[in-house]
Amino acid sequence: MNESLCTTALHSWHIEQGARLVDFAGWEMPVQYNSIVEEHLATRQGAGLFDVSHMGRIRFDGAGAARFLDRLLTRRVLDLQVGQIRYSLITNEEGNVLDDVLVYHLQTPSEIQYHMLVVNASNRLKILDWLTSHQTAEDEVQISDCTLETAMIAVQGPHALQIVDPLVDVDLNTLRYYQGVVTRQMGKPCTVSRTGYTGEDGVELIVHADKANQVVNNLFASGRDLGIRPVGLGARDTLRLEAALPLYGHELDESTSPFQAGLDFAVNLEDAQQNLRQFVGCEALAEQAQQPRHQVRVGLALEGRRAAREGHTVHAGAEQVGVVTSGSFSPTLQYPIAMAYLNVQDSPSTAEPGMELEVDIRGTRQTARVTALPFYRRDKSS
Amino acid sequence: MNPDDLLFAETHEWIRLEDTDGEKIAVVGITAFAVEQLVDVTYLEMQPVGTPASAGKEIGEIESVKAVSSIISPVDGEVIAINEELANNLQLLGDDPYQAGWMAKIRVQDEAAIEKLMDRAAYEAQCAEEG
Repeated sequence: MNESLCTTALHSWHIEQGARLVDFAGWEMPVQYNSIVEEHLATRQGAGLFDVSHMGRIRFDGAGAARFLDRLLTRRVLDLQVGQIRYSLITNEEGNVLDDVLVYHLQTPSEIQYHMLVVNASNRLKILDWLTSHQTAEDEVQISDCTLETAMIAVQGPHALQIVDPLVDVDLNTLRYYQGVVTRQMGKPCTVSRTGYTGEDGVELIVHADKANQVVNNLFASGRDLGIRPVGLGARDTLRLEAALPLYGHELDESTSPFQAGLDFAVNLEDAQQNLRQFVGCEALAEQAQQPRHQVRVGLALEGRRAAREGHTVHAGAEQVGVVTSGSFSPTLQYPIAMAYLNVQDSPSTAEPGMELEVDIRGTRQTARVTALPFYRRDKSS
Repeated sequence: MNPDDLLFAETHEWIRLEDTDGEKIAVVGITAFAVEQLVDVTYLEMQPVGTPASAGKEIGEIESVKAVSSIISPVDGEVIAINEELANNLQLLGDDPYQAGWMAKIRVQDEAAIEKLMDRAAYEAQCAEEG
């Protein structure tokens, strides 16, 4: 075991559950407990429990917190209501993506308001650095990294809400999508948000690190007859791929713009009063918004059974037209799927759903059809 | 099948040597340990009959949800048969990796590489260290 890796509060529990542990962004995390496919399907059919404590949780206190964040995030923060959560990007001066994050506006039971960012584990230190280097004395904000003192547990799937609801003080049926609340879980402080990264309904819970094991035991007791299963990062990746959610380091990096990634909704050039917002990268993004798109993110459905992987090239006949950013065999759809960036400057029709292209998989070409995203959408009627 | 008849490579392939009409044939597969490591196998492709096999070089690839791994030939020779049934029914790998889960048969042309393979005890010791 690598002694210098961070571990979450659930590390021993993962081992007890038979997890295979790997180094992920400097943390020793479970990639799978038995089978990635089984864990994936368990999440789509019942409920998956994920330890996502490795993600960064950064808290912002003070009267100037919203204003400070509004200058660094591509989404509006000044009009983010208490209990509201938004997906946002943090961009550099060129308008390229430093991280994709969730920004929360929360209020404690004693009515203290604060903001929080949940950031990718791989970017936590980079973003902390970015935040503090943009902080001035006039900003009236205190920034604290709460990652190590807390744990974060996601429960995702059609039975997720049913499993978590009896354990928390808030009625989860009143918690709308992308809403969060500071409440209690069996007597202990707990932040609950109706968010997730799987394409299923569900919640993410933030508790004190020393309560994590108790919470997991409570969840398993509550979900015993509802199909709750521990799920590792392997299935987390196949689930998010089916839901076409971007993963930093694959669809997003410091050479990618939000528009290229199709994340237009995450860029608010204007505030609620339709005035131009000032945030790092806003000028570059305003310019990009006027230009035609040169590259677009698409879905690919492959023939055969070999999976396309990050870095595999995409071709239209003799010409290379793009590159795969993520790919895997899809447990739900039962065929290989991938996301890719395609060059559409010369030929916009390249990226049209139905277009037949080829992916070069280790020297052999495999037919791939462009498909609309996402690959999978949960049934919301149930 | 007696597991003590098998020889093992570091890269988790096994061989069973058979003498057929004076020719030495190595039946090749991957071990139960390797199958367990892979778990979610989605695809297997062996190089076709007639391909020259070189000890230490790839003769096939096996893909799981997470990754692709090479099947490395433990011996020098020529591929004379591949298990078509396995390619269509990957379940056999988990059920019976040492018999029905065989992957290729190689006509051995140079026995030197066989000397370098491990017996069962040595292989199990290696797995204990790895796992």
